[in-house]
Amino acid sequence: MNCNYACGSAEHNIHRRQFLGTLAAGTGAVVGGLGWFAQPAFAEQMARQQKRMLVINMHGGLSQLESWDPKPGTATGGPFRAIPTSVPGIHISELLPHTAKQMHHLALVRSLNTKNDDHGKGTYMMLTGRRQMPGQDYPQIGAVVSRALDTSTRSLPGHILITPGGGGGRSADSAYLGPKYASIVLGNGNPPQNTSLPGGLTVAAAAQQDELRRLANNRFLSRRRTAQTDAYTQSYEGAQELMRQREAFDLTKESAKDHERYGTHDFGRHCLMARRLLEKGVTFVQISHSNYDTHNENFNFHFEQLGEFDRPFATLVQDLYDRGMLENTLVVVLSEFGRTPNVNQYYGRDHWGRAWSVCLGGAGIVRGAVIGKTNDKGTEVTEREADAGHLFHTYLKALGLNSKGHFDLGGRQVLMADPAVGPIKELLA
Amino acid sequence: MKADPKAAHVAQEFTHDAPLITCRFDPTGRFIFATAEDRAILRWDLATGQKTVFTAHDSWVGALAFTPDGTTLVSAGYDDQLIWWPATAEKPAPVRKVKAHAGWIRALAVSKDGKQLASGGNDRVVKLWSLADGAPVREFPGHDRDVYSLLFHPSGQFLLSGDLKGQVHQWEIGSGKLARKFEGKDLHSYNGGQQVDFGGVRSLALTPDSKHLLAAGLHKATNPLGAVHEPIALRFEWESGKLLKSHISEDVKQGVLWRIIAHPDGPLIGCSGGGNGGFLLFWAADAEKPFHKFSLGNTAREMDLHPDGLQIATAHYDKKLRLTKLSPKPAAPAAAPAKKA
Repeated sequence: MNCNYACGSAEHNIHRRQFLGTLAAGTGAVVGGLGWFAQPAFAEQMARQQKRMLVINMHGGLSQLESWDPKPGTATGGPFRAIPTSVPGIHISELLPHTAKQMHHLALVRSLNTKNDDHGKGTYMMLTGRRQMPGQDYPQIGAVVSRALDTSTRSLPGHILITPGGGGGRSADSAYLGPKYASIVLGNGNPPQNTSLPGGLTVAAAAQQDELRRLANNRFLSRRRTAQTDAYTQSYEGAQELMRQREAFDLTKESAKDHERYGTHDFGRHCLMARRLLEKGVTFVQISHSNYDTHNENFNFHFEQLGEFDRPFATLVQDLYDRGMLENTLVVVLSEFGRTPNVNQYYGRDHWGRAWSVCLGGAGIVRGAVIGKTNDKGTEVTEREADAGHLFHTYLKALGLNSKGHFDLGGRQVLMADPAVGPIKELLA
Repeated sequence: MKADPKAAHVAQEFTHDAPLITCRFDPTGRFIFATAEDRAILRWDLATGQKTVFTAHDSWVGALAFTPDGTTLVSAGYDDQLIWWPATAEKPAPVRKVKAHAGWIRALAVSKDGKQLASGGNDRVVKLWSLADGAPVREFPGHDRDVYSLLFHPSGQFLLSGDLKGQVHQWEIGSGKLARKFEGKDLHSYNGGQQVDFGGVRSLALTPDSKHLLAAGLHKATNPLGAVHEPIALRFEWESGKLLKSHISEDVKQGVLWRIIAHPDGPLIGCSGGGNGGFLLFWAADAEKPFHKFSLGNTAREMDLHPDGLQIATAHYDKKLRLTKLSPKPAAPAAAPAKKA
């Protein structure tokens, strides 16, 4: 988008609608969130509350029957048993003994029907709250939250993904919110790529080089400023800030005891990194745990994967609580879909979007709640059906945002969440 | 009668209400026992076909073992428990329950003298019990991952245990010490894309002369989560521990050897199950590829050889227990002469 700022822009001018919204709010009128985002008072309030969000994406499709909605002793239940949790009456799979002890910090939605069995579409739906449509693209929850909770004091990126592998870099997951809110990927939990000075270049020399760059840049911008040049400058400044704060990504700064508590495997390290980043003020952190697409030997692989997931996740929840952060950190454990109640010929379970579960906790969530129900065999939702859109609204509301509100993009209003649905109110504290 | 693999044919089927998991003949050869996804243990009388259901486990049952006289059955559950049963009782009820492991018990073995029972599973510990009274005798910790298979050496000196990583541990029963390891590296792989360990020593066997150890499972796991892998059995020389040969079946692209048995007549018999179906694979001792492949008609999950050496039982996903005979089909009765018009 080329934009001549001289003619007025979203970045430099107060919008007419924003102005009217603020004015209306001041006179007691209800305006449904118009202009709320840019209000300094609101931003400061959010900064004080330090709302954050942690998503753990169980990549491939976690089996609800081996996790949050076990059906032991039924034809579809599989071999694992259910165990009691710290919340009387709530049972989860025996594969999650540590998580079971944290249940009083968490809540379950057992009635998801996303009507989708495709990995890509499921991921899109669960992270954007919308169905994937040709010609349309919506920002992922990390970008939305990063922007909606943006503050002028935030110096680290607001949207970080920790992936099991890969080199890192930047993702195209912010759609119309722009590159500033796109995720920075920490491949295998390593610091962002290219954030250390090249060998032989001193800090002083780098500063001199940067000064020269600024001079040239300012000279250019004084005559040829566009949204693109601003995005470039923003990216460059952001990268420099990352270089200055590289220590934020340095897990060696965490104690040996904490490394032991979280486990030395990748997922344990990634959870510890998530704690560190959330503590440093990063607004949104997403960890992926791979892989749950268990068409083959579902029980062996869930034993293996959840055996790795359980302790670090429970440790992270407990640490967030102990450090007073859980109150303001929304925690979500999601997948692209669940897995079939039917056990196939390879002891596997296949894709299943018709009746599955997610786990939430922390900020704005009723602790120990169980929303919805499936039938005895787990094949259908029988109570309080919900889908990805409802969850998306719920996330925003739990973070204190108006999920019916909108982003104001160059004078164009874009709704934050699917207007056809709303939050799961019973889940909101 | 000598077994004739090329004459293999399914002679009998027994049906249950849920997919089957494993199966074993009792030592007398009177019954075939199986377990199922409904937690049941099933006993079929081979002569009459009568089915008896044993129920007590709180999960699926992964392994079965017997006293040499066939009077006592021990079942191993995914509920941490070993349960002792009167194997031939009309209305069987547990006589002893032992919380033996933390988590799944995947394998059982009985010593040749019938005095000791070994168990192993997801807690990575091999345990030795008195078969007579269930008293604990010894533990063998040391596996890095889940224990999948067990086998007593007929000398009575050693116990063998195979794990997910493809390692076979040879334990000295008397001292509890690890004598050596057989490295079945081909039986395990780590898939970095899917971030999973896969494979394992699904079955162990010794040749009748005890000169060769066989460790079976899968290899070429290009897609572990999607069941793309091929069956394989590794043949080790007992004396040296050296890997002598791999027995494979290249035309079974989706299969795992759930069990391997060295038939007393010489051939090696593997039970393969997977996306390509269920097969009995027969190898000569010195051959890489099978000389015969018999299709069972449905994914097989386990196998056992009858004491007569002529019948093979296989447990199947389609809820059936199939009895395959390694002998020619009996001749069909001669057709009655057609009546004249």
